[in-house]
Amino acid sequence: MSIAANFLRGLGYRVELLIATLLRLGSIVERRVLIANQMVSLGLHMTHVVLFVGLFMGMIVSLQTGIELARIGQQDQIGLIVAISMAREMGPFITATILAATSGSSIAAELGTMSVSDELAALEVMSIDKFKLLVLPRVVSLAVMCPLLTILCDTIGIVGGGLVASTQLNVGWQLYSETAIDALRPVNGWFSLPFDIYSGLLKSFIFGIIISVISCSEGLRARGGALGVGMATRSAVRDSIIYVIIANYMISQMLYEL
Amino acid sequence: MAPLNQAETTDQSAPTGQGDEAVICFDQVSKSFGDQQVLRDLSFDVTSGRTLAIMGPSGSGKSVTLRHIIGLMKPDSGRVLIEGQEVAALSSKEIAKLRIRMGYVFQEGALINWLNVGENVALPLRENSDLPDSEISDRVQEKLEMVKVPDAWNKMPAEISGGMKKRIGIARALITEPEIILYDEPNAGLDPEIARAINQIIRELGETLDVTSIVVEHRIECIKAVADEVLFLHEGGALIQTDPASFFASEHPRLKRFFGTDTP
Repeated sequence: MSIAANFLRGLGYRVELLIATLLRLGSIVERRVLIANQMVSLGLHMTHVVLFVGLFMGMIVSLQTGIELARIGQQDQIGLIVAISMAREMGPFITATILAATSGSSIAAELGTMSVSDELAALEVMSIDKFKLLVLPRVVSLAVMCPLLTILCDTIGIVGGGLVASTQLNVGWQLYSETAIDALRPVNGWFSLPFDIYSGLLKSFIFGIIISVISCSEGLRARGGALGVGMATRSAVRDSIIYVIIANYMISQMLYEL
Repeated sequence: MAPLNQAETTDQSAPTGQGDEAVICFDQVSKSFGDQQVLRDLSFDVTSGRTLAIMGPSGSGKSVTLRHIIGLMKPDSGRVLIEGQEVAALSSKEIAKLRIRMGYVFQEGALINWLNVGENVALPLRENSDLPDSEISDRVQEKLEMVKVPDAWNKMPAEISGGMKKRIGIARALITEPEIILYDEPNAGLDPEIARAINQIIRELGETLDVTSIVVEHRIECIKAVADEVLFLHEGGALIQTDPASFFASEHPRLKRFFGTDTP
């Protein structure tokens, strides 16, 4: 019973925090410097991790799928499969998982430390809006950076898949790149990209919001010194990944059952 | 000995303040956390321009008392009045306005760790006023000079000592030119020399700015240096509220036990 009550209380606080943030979107211009700083520290500084993991994920997808396709003589389709898999599913999910583990934990630890060291109480007694100062910049920056990093992850994953296809699956680089590009080629001009790209970017935008809101909520509610900060950080990463997986399923169901 | 509901004073008929006007008034305030009752029918008042020191053993509710004044906590029963306004009854906008007229100095300074000293002090004005940058900068420099750290602007909180953090905390509390300042253990963790310097700053601010102050503190030296009155908390209630000379001369057995003068 207490687990359910805690879950509902946590969910309620997160929804409240999301609404409070949405109501302050008008302050984005005023907070542009803070948002830019957060985009650098929460997003840009994670680029190398996203590139590294994305490269290997593309190689794994290519290798695993390619071996099976070779058995039925269809390995020339590997470019298409890797491109679609990365754009639709792997890119957004891998990027979100990396950001939950790195940026999400960093947000929870930073705000948690502010909470246990009375910095949040200090903001309150100075009548300073903590949502505008602390939450809005983090939510906006991750909502922007998650899709941008997803594009990088998709791209490097497709390149990684091509490396494996050309060196281990006897699929020429040219054939691989042609099928991959065909899969993601604009249908009707550059603004009419395939649905898979849009769905992947929509997912990553929502994942960015989920991770930042959950991490902020855990950090702001941290109590009890270093132990409390540790627990907040753990909850932020755990809950972000769980909510991302659930959201991933729900968005996929909505988009692909249309 | 059970605490008194209303604090004893040395002379109930004598006015306690310079202007007799109660700026802060606790009226039968009780507060519990779970099974633990921290404040029990606490009543006292502070008159305009006076500095009240609150003493008491650990866990007697000193910091909780301060947090009720600033509206961070609400009483379970009773009322906390600031200039006649009941704090718990104020709307969030009203309480925000009230807080701008108050300064709160936290035990560890509570400086925002990712802002430098100057930006920490400037923060309340940057967030809550339309003053131009040049005027904010002038005011920040003035307050840094007032707390005797004129060159600290560009230092980060992680780079400065505990004593300097306290000074910066005081400068930040002063930046909005408050009418009431609350100090939560301003001497905690400081060596005697730095503590004396902080006490002198508190004393000077009380005299020059004519603010009403409450200082929560254990150290006798601090109380003697800054207080116009002393309130002793015992089991969540007010045991005695009087001037420092009478307080330290008191033969009350609880006070003698607290100061360790009850045994030969």
